[in-house]
Amino acid sequence: MNSFVEQFKRSLVVAEKNIKIYYSKGPVIVFGLVFPLFLALAYVIGRNVPLKEILPGLIGMTTFFTATSVGPSIVPWETRSKTLERLLCCPVAFWTIIFGDMLSSFIFGLIISVVPLVLIQTLGIELLNFVLLIFGLVFANICFAAFSVLLSAYPPTDVPSTTMMLSSLVKFPLVFISGVFIPVDQLPPWGTAIASISPLTYYIDMVRHLFLGKGFYPLTVDFLAVVAFMLAFTFAAIKLHERTLAKRLS
Amino acid sequence: MENAVKVQDLTKRYGDVTAVDHISFDVGKGEVFGFLGPNGAGKTTTIRVLTCLVKPDEGHAFVAGFDVLKSPVKVKQHIGVVPEVANAYIDLSAWENLILMGKLYGVRMSKLRENVTFLLKEFGLYEVKDKLVRAFSKGMKQRLLLCMALVNDPEVLFLDEPTSGLDVESARILREKITQYNSNGKTVFLSTHNMEEANQLCHRIAIINHGRIAAIDAPESLRAQSMELQCIDVAFNKPVDPQEFSSIPAITEAVPAGNKVRIYTADPSAVIEILAEFAKKENLRIIGLNTMMPSLEDVFLKLVKSKDAVIE
Repeated sequence: MNSFVEQFKRSLVVAEKNIKIYYSKGPVIVFGLVFPLFLALAYVIGRNVPLKEILPGLIGMTTFFTATSVGPSIVPWETRSKTLERLLCCPVAFWTIIFGDMLSSFIFGLIISVVPLVLIQTLGIELLNFVLLIFGLVFANICFAAFSVLLSAYPPTDVPSTTMMLSSLVKFPLVFISGVFIPVDQLPPWGTAIASISPLTYYIDMVRHLFLGKGFYPLTVDFLAVVAFMLAFTFAAIKLHERTLAKRLS
Repeated sequence: MENAVKVQDLTKRYGDVTAVDHISFDVGKGEVFGFLGPNGAGKTTTIRVLTCLVKPDEGHAFVAGFDVLKSPVKVKQHIGVVPEVANAYIDLSAWENLILMGKLYGVRMSKLRENVTFLLKEFGLYEVKDKLVRAFSKGMKQRLLLCMALVNDPEVLFLDEPTSGLDVESARILREKITQYNSNGKTVFLSTHNMEEANQLCHRIAIINHGRIAAIDAPESLRAQSMELQCIDVAFNKPVDPQEFSSIPAITEAVPAGNKVRIYTADPSAVIEILAEFAKKENLRIIGLNTMMPSLEDVFLKLVKSKDAVIE
């Protein structure tokens, strides 16, 4: 237990290092700030829909894009600069490094997620339970951060732009199948089935519950699904990175 | 002597290629142990196994008393590593790099600041401590890497070709620091291509070739094992074809060396007599004659050229 706590502390050190180095990298700014901003504007402007109806999709999309913007680039960058080898020479378990990468991605997502929350408070938009929304936001950010680190596991490249491009290929379709633009309850049965494999679906459904008092799945299912995806992505990210590590070091 | 490193039957394969093939050796506490070998001989793979970067396929390795397979984190807690390729974070300053390393080793912050300040001053980097590493020269980066490896005051220091590509002065500073570190009773495991460096720094040397240990001994003993590599450089007042000496039984080999003839022999005194007689007979004058013990480089080349020269 003691060594677990010690390793967790070292994850925080890895995350602190990532924040200093990677938050200001071009691809992170583009994919984590510029891109979601313009996508959000395109989503909001010109739609004759009440803000409350728009907010679940908007929050979901912002959280998803920002929390997944840092994770895919870290491991390829560190592979290229050989700093991954440096980290692995230190007394840290492999999961400590992956967890640190997840944490930095999570913190980036969380910081940007504050913007819609401030907007909600400023505009005085009513919702079912603000605390529950914050909990959902935290779990969803961890889930998406783990997903982003998982996306950098394969192929074990040392070119960050390759991973960013491949992760975009996965992220965009997910946004389209997750009820951002069309709520899940309005999708045909095959659409609903596809939507159920996306973690974003459950998060947006959860936010819809909290804002509109209605959703496709029960609120508990939404929470449990986000947590289940979070654990699965974390486990898969550690295992898959472990499997590809030898290639990265060669 | 207690062992800082113990390697037993260690084997590492990459697909069909056996990078390290059942090697065994010990490194005593407080020893500077040199690891020599040509490119692709298995030096870096061995260091990577000992620093827990890769897992061996067979055999055992213990560093600072801990098993590299069973307790990798404990092993890493007691070692410092300077890898072959410079890999400090170039987007961080020297100070930030060292603080990062210290935190990853769990060094308390007050002690860490003290250590970092001491190391930066000791290695002449204190004045540039706040500069980003991307602005550093290769020599400065290499000094910083050594600082990073020493930040936790490790028991065993692994150095993978630390002076490779450095200018003479930076290499000399680094060698001085390694000697200084070792004089405090710490163990150094040094992989190098530089024979003179190995000769100067190491108490013992292992020569690895094709993944197998070809020899382990003190530099002087390794040279003594290869007495047939003693040589005589002889210069006559007129050019002489080295082939003239090739049929003499006491001579192993005779080769041209500038205006001289280099003669390899296990019996220099007999050969000197033969040369004097030869000069008299051919009406030549010996204008220069030097006898030389085999250099470490000679021993190294002899061992790596012979694929089957493997002792366990």
